[in-house]
Amino acid sequence: MKLLLIGECREGKLLEYSYELFGFASQAGAETAMLIVGGEGALPGYGGTVYLADAGKYGEYNPDLHKRLVQAVVERERPDYVVFMHTSYGWDLAPRVAALLKVPQVSEVVALAEGGGFERPCLSQKMRQVVKPKGTPVVLTLQGGAFPALVPGGTPQVQPIDAAGEGRLEFLGYEAAARKGVDLTKAEVIVSVGRGVGKKENIPVIAELARVLGGEVGASRPVVDSGWMDAGSQVGVTGQTVSPKLYVACGISGAIQHLAGMKKSGFIVAINKDKEAPIAGVADVLVVADVMQFVPALTAKLAK
Amino acid sequence: MKILVCIKQVPDMESRFKPDASGVWYAETDLAFRVNEYDEYAIEQAVLLKEQLGGEPEVTVLSIGADRVVEAIKKGLSMGGDRGVHVQDAAAHLKDSWQVASIIAAYAAGEGFDLILTGLQSQDRGSAQVGVTVAELLDYACATTVVGFGYADGTVTVKRELEGGVKGTVRLKTPAVVTCQLGLNQPRYPTLPNIMKAKKKEVRVIPVAELLHQDQRVAPCEFRAPAKKGSAVVLEGELADQVDRLIGILKDKTAVLR
Repeated sequence: MKLLLIGECREGKLLEYSYELFGFASQAGAETAMLIVGGEGALPGYGGTVYLADAGKYGEYNPDLHKRLVQAVVERERPDYVVFMHTSYGWDLAPRVAALLKVPQVSEVVALAEGGGFERPCLSQKMRQVVKPKGTPVVLTLQGGAFPALVPGGTPQVQPIDAAGEGRLEFLGYEAAARKGVDLTKAEVIVSVGRGVGKKENIPVIAELARVLGGEVGASRPVVDSGWMDAGSQVGVTGQTVSPKLYVACGISGAIQHLAGMKKSGFIVAINKDKEAPIAGVADVLVVADVMQFVPALTAKLAK
Repeated sequence: MKILVCIKQVPDMESRFKPDASGVWYAETDLAFRVNEYDEYAIEQAVLLKEQLGGEPEVTVLSIGADRVVEAIKKGLSMGGDRGVHVQDAAAHLKDSWQVASIIAAYAAGEGFDLILTGLQSQDRGSAQVGVTVAELLDYACATTVVGFGYADGTVTVKRELEGGVKGTVRLKTPAVVTCQLGLNQPRYPTLPNIMKAKKKEVRVIPVAELLHQDQRVAPCEFRAPAKKGSAVVLEGELADQVDRLIGILKDKTAVLR
């Protein structure tokens, strides 16, 4: 079995999570080759073949051209699987590649299943489905964190790769993350607000628990999107990645993007009405309760 | 200008899910359905653009599924859509993302839409494939994961949300497909007069057989709860008792409480 792994670059550097592709390949027991649209500075510690397309010519984000580059490597390598990370780059490019090659795509794979199947989440991570693609090659995207990052070691054999065509998207540049508000990465205790608190007016109740615990207040994405709290408070893949000694998740169901940003916390308490919420999978303690009843009672007892 | 908004009706995510008779997807019994959250941003963006252009664009709201999805279409119309398209398919859940995209593309091919808006993904399947694949099939430009949107003279300028809080700005020309990420705008609540008006708007019904000409590429074969990896201590019961037990655990297991 052979895998073509698609690395991901930003501003000339290979993004760290690209090494999870090697972790997946190792579990699958497969041969590998890699494609990177980047520069010499983006080469991984890997002894296999790396097809390198020049980011100066093809851009770091130019999916109309990148899909042609993937196609060109697929014609040379004839892989069984073309593997991306399930990221803003991967979920954008993978369906274009699958459409171009007229082959199946399976999104956000979390595990290999028996008989050539793949396990993937559904229903906002609450459930799992197993699916089987029909035909090859198969385009896959992998959920971040589902497979361990692995640096195979060695020096790659670099093969230049080119493709013809016009891109229809004009990339105008990156905009750095907004960094206002508190630096949650340094907090020892974080009490985070989720949609389960019900309304913006309830946030002071959660903030009071944070105060009593000597911690900071964080937020889940829906709370920021609804304008209840600033983007600077957001914990997760698109916000801050935190690892306090104690993380208290108040009314947070636990979207994968949130879990990735807080699951390395020392001790995790989740307060949620829904016992089946995905946050339960990473919590040390799950309090099954209405957050607006439980939190004031907890704060009152702690303040004594 | 013609705008198409593709929406899906999905179950409330706080529900408890059980396999259906086929064993490959969820049973619909006892579930409440609503508009896929990501698609609400797509509807709102279409209506905002219609307002920006003085009401000139015509906004079509499309959904595929059983008769229940007409409720979702009506919501889109009450938010400001002009007309609905219901692709009638009682077995929509058994189509893969490729087939769903092919159905939408087969409908849109003859309609000359300038802009197609949809959610980044559905909350139930979550493949994030359909929008991009529609663009590929129609040979439209496509930008995904959009948290900022501007339009002027046939050019769309978007901000894409990348990892680590970084955004990437991208410009593309219509015809185009744009997939909407959470937080793109503030989806409006339909007003009562607009809900009444929506009842009178046209919803065209098209049987799926007229639009589906592609075979499945990915077969679903199992549906279940994730293996329990959680070692969480679960505290249930009386509130006061829960509080005492949690404080006991925190004193025992963390250095935070002294």
